[in-house]
Amino acid sequence: MNIEISKFTKKDFTPDGEVKWCSGCGDFSILAQAQKVLAETGRSPDEFAFISGIGCSSRFPYYVNSYGYHTIHGRALAVATGTKTFNPDLSVWVAMGDGDGLSIGGNHFLHAVRKNVDLVCILMDNRIYGLTKGQFSPTTDKGQVTKTSPYGTLESPVDPVSLTLGIGGSFVARATDRNPKEMQRIFKAAYEHKGFSLVHVLQNCVIFNDDCFNRETGSEKLDNTLQLVQGEPMIFGKENDKAIVRDGFSPKVVNKADVDPSEILVHDENADDPGLALFLSSMNKPELPTPLGIFRKVSQGTYDEDTHLQLKEITAKKGKGDLQTLLNSGDTWKVG
Amino acid sequence: MNQIANPNIETTELEKVVIRFAGDSGDGMQLTGNQFTGTAANDGNDVVTLPDFPSEIRAPAGTISGVSGFQVQFGNQKVNTPGDFPDVLIAMNPAALKNNVKDVTRDGLIIVDMDSFNEKSIAKAKYETDPLSPESLMHKKVIKAPITSQTLKALEGFDKMTKKEKERCKNFFTLGVLYWLYDRKIDYTEHWVNRKFAKKPHLAEANIKVLKEGMIFAQNSGLFQSRYKIPQAPLPAGTYRSLTGNEATGLGLLAAAERAGLKLFLGSYPITPATEILQELAQHKNFGAITLQAEDEIAGICTALGAAYGGAFACTTTSGPGLALKSEAMGLAVITELPLVIVNVQRGGPSTGLPTKTEQADLLQAMYGRNGESPIPILAAKSPADCFYQAFEAGRIALKYMTPVILLTDGYLGNGSEAFRIPDVNELPDLTVKFRTDPENYLPYKRDPKTLAREWVRPGTPGLAHRLGGLEKDALTGCVSHDPDNHNHMVRTRAAKVDGIVNDIPELEIFGDKDGGEVLIVGWGSTYGQIRNKVNKYRKEGKSVSQAHFTHIFPFPKNTLEVFKKFKHVVVAEINLGQLNKLLRSTYIIDTISLTKIQGKPFTENEIEVVVDDLLK
Ligand code: SF4
Repeated sequence: MNIEISKFTKKDFTPDGEVKWCSGCGDFSILAQAQKVLAETGRSPDEFAFISGIGCSSRFPYYVNSYGYHTIHGRALAVATGTKTFNPDLSVWVAMGDGDGLSIGGNHFLHAVRKNVDLVCILMDNRIYGLTKGQFSPTTDKGQVTKTSPYGTLESPVDPVSLTLGIGGSFVARATDRNPKEMQRIFKAAYEHKGFSLVHVLQNCVIFNDDCFNRETGSEKLDNTLQLVQGEPMIFGKENDKAIVRDGFSPKVVNKADVDPSEILVHDENADDPGLALFLSSMNKPELPTPLGIFRKVSQGTYDEDTHLQLKEITAKKGKGDLQTLLNSGDTWKVG
Repeated sequence: MNQIANPNIETTELEKVVIRFAGDSGDGMQLTGNQFTGTAANDGNDVVTLPDFPSEIRAPAGTISGVSGFQVQFGNQKVNTPGDFPDVLIAMNPAALKNNVKDVTRDGLIIVDMDSFNEKSIAKAKYETDPLSPESLMHKKVIKAPITSQTLKALEGFDKMTKKEKERCKNFFTLGVLYWLYDRKIDYTEHWVNRKFAKKPHLAEANIKVLKEGMIFAQNSGLFQSRYKIPQAPLPAGTYRSLTGNEATGLGLLAAAERAGLKLFLGSYPITPATEILQELAQHKNFGAITLQAEDEIAGICTALGAAYGGAFACTTTSGPGLALKSEAMGLAVITELPLVIVNVQRGGPSTGLPTKTEQADLLQAMYGRNGESPIPILAAKSPADCFYQAFEAGRIALKYMTPVILLTDGYLGNGSEAFRIPDVNELPDLTVKFRTDPENYLPYKRDPKTLAREWVRPGTPGLAHRLGGLEKDALTGCVSHDPDNHNHMVRTRAAKVDGIVNDIPELEIFGDKDGGEVLIVGWGSTYGQIRNKVNKYRKEGKSVSQAHFTHIFPFPKNTLEVFKKFKHVVVAEINLGQLNKLLRSTYIIDTISLTKIQGKPFTENEIEVVVDDLLK
């Protein structure tokens, strides 16, 4: 991707018509960063398709000037799998929320990741149902009071990054809606990655779950997050004074000064083995910083490309199909 | 072959015969049946078959639940059905006998493998009396043939084969007996065996030897007093092959894609009895056909819809429970007006119901099983071979009118087979599709004034980027609109589009008294053959009974009421509790008589008689 040669600007990816999210909603920033990155690809809006399910975030396709398909609750990945498999040249992006993608659409999520369909999947996680006005979702904190859990939820949330890595995700990243530059970097990498790219965006819902990501985006964010940088040691904190080391099979925060530099873990997003990425994704406890950035980026065969490779291979072997010959095959007999 | 002419054996000519092969799942009854069918068809008979699989994949050998059956009817005229009751039953073991003996016609013949009637297998079949006593056999005629021992004897000297392998050839001995009995040549089977065992010539030789020994045995054993001849049927000239309904559906879909100049995309999830369509199409990758086995039924239709959005000739295949799961996505196909063929191979319901048995009880689900006003055209195939044409027709309507179309077949059609006259591909209708490519003045929901279809745009086409979705659309721009008048207009327009298909489908035909008469038997889908045979019988007796059969159910052909009005009585026969009847009565406010059956099985002629005879009095 080359910024200089792109003849498109963010405006080219902005359709007429107003955007109907609540003012202050984190989705605005996500949309803006996506549009910027789309413009920078140098490809025309006609070469993209945005597909979504149902929810606040699923309005996304209406707000991007490209081909778009706003489908039904939970099914965006299934629809997108069909579109991408049939049209491998199209750049297909899926916009989904935590309820849409991981609750009603959980099964499709599992299989789109497993098949490694070449999609950019933006999971806008606000840990709440927004469009239906404030019920708990599969990522809501345990014990949280919501409209349908007046006495607190009883269930443990799912961590989308761990989930995706656990089922073999080839590209897994996390961003926050408050860090536009980093989000752009990740969207670009996701666009360039061949295969299923999960971009887990911590998104603030100002109406029903305001400040739910205060830890990662508020004034203490530098102490509460670990920015993953390829090839760099895992050091974080306002004063850059903390580091991550391995304690058995678990991550542990230490004072950088207290350990030998060789003990500090170094990030490798390209590691074939998902071990390190899974290890990092397990850092979803209060005593550990939330890792942000690209957890894993490895190249694997994609379902859509392999589908067409197989069609080609078999056609080369059997010859291009001829319907009349096919109908006439098998045991036939003549009458008259 | 060293056949000795036996002067005491006479040859009788018959019009048609029904044979049922029954044995253990592992006895090769499907294969034997198929070989017999192929030979009969090759000799110029019309043939229709129906397998009867046990619902367990490998039930314990020798038990009733492990019995697998295959029925064929062959004749010197269109036979239309696999027959109600077998004239001949082949029972390879006591369980097979017990399971089928009651169905054999009164003058029918039962051939058993004597060697399998030992104490152990008799006990396994839970017989309390001697299975071969006249009472157990309901006083039907039985031929006790030592099939297994004769097979082993025939293969003496085949040292490369184990005893088990030799025993496995016993179905060919049975086949030989039948070939002799019905005066058949063995060429067809000989060819097949040589092809099948090209790499194992000793097995080919063994099977053919056993086949011939079966014929010699039948000739010389003295067990048979006569042989039978069934002359050729006057079928239209052409090249034929045998196809099951599911194979025919798959090929029909592929043919529609080819004639439309599109690539086929099938998104589907395995479900009995529809899976064979997915299996069939998965083989034809050299046509560029993509088959995606999805994670569930919903993903099956959603991937297909995603591909339709991308410009594919898209299909999804399923059975009743799967159709229920696809409902919401069907609604999305309706509102986004994308072409999609949904095939439902119906089975017994509700819920899991009777997965391997047939039923026609999903008609109202197809008609109404969605939220909102969500009209989808409905077609139904009337025979295994007709599945090809109705699948093609479903494709034609879907592409021309930019609409999902539901094709209803059923387990009986899907698994059953009949002779299929292979069409000349160039004579199939041209379904060429034109995608919109001109960016000038494009409005996603602007319609063709005649068909009311909107234009289809492949994503990726320069200058035509637009957004579709499941929210109500503005009548022209396709943008989200909550305007009450617009909604009213769109709901009515979607309905009018589907209603308008009525001008583009064949009229309802009367078989029988074209100008009207006493009784009209109306049916849809797979009951065609049984009704036709019964109507033929009535008409031979000089009775005024006619038939009208629906393949296009929604919309109904435009002359439907006109046809009904010509008859004193209209009987609507279907394998459910009267679903078509309800639709007809509510559409036309006419009086009809509902004739229903719901046993997981097709009608028999007697069952039609019960109602119709009364009306003729
Ligand atoms: S409800 Fe929450 S998520 Fe939805 S638009 Fe408003 S702020 Fe955004």
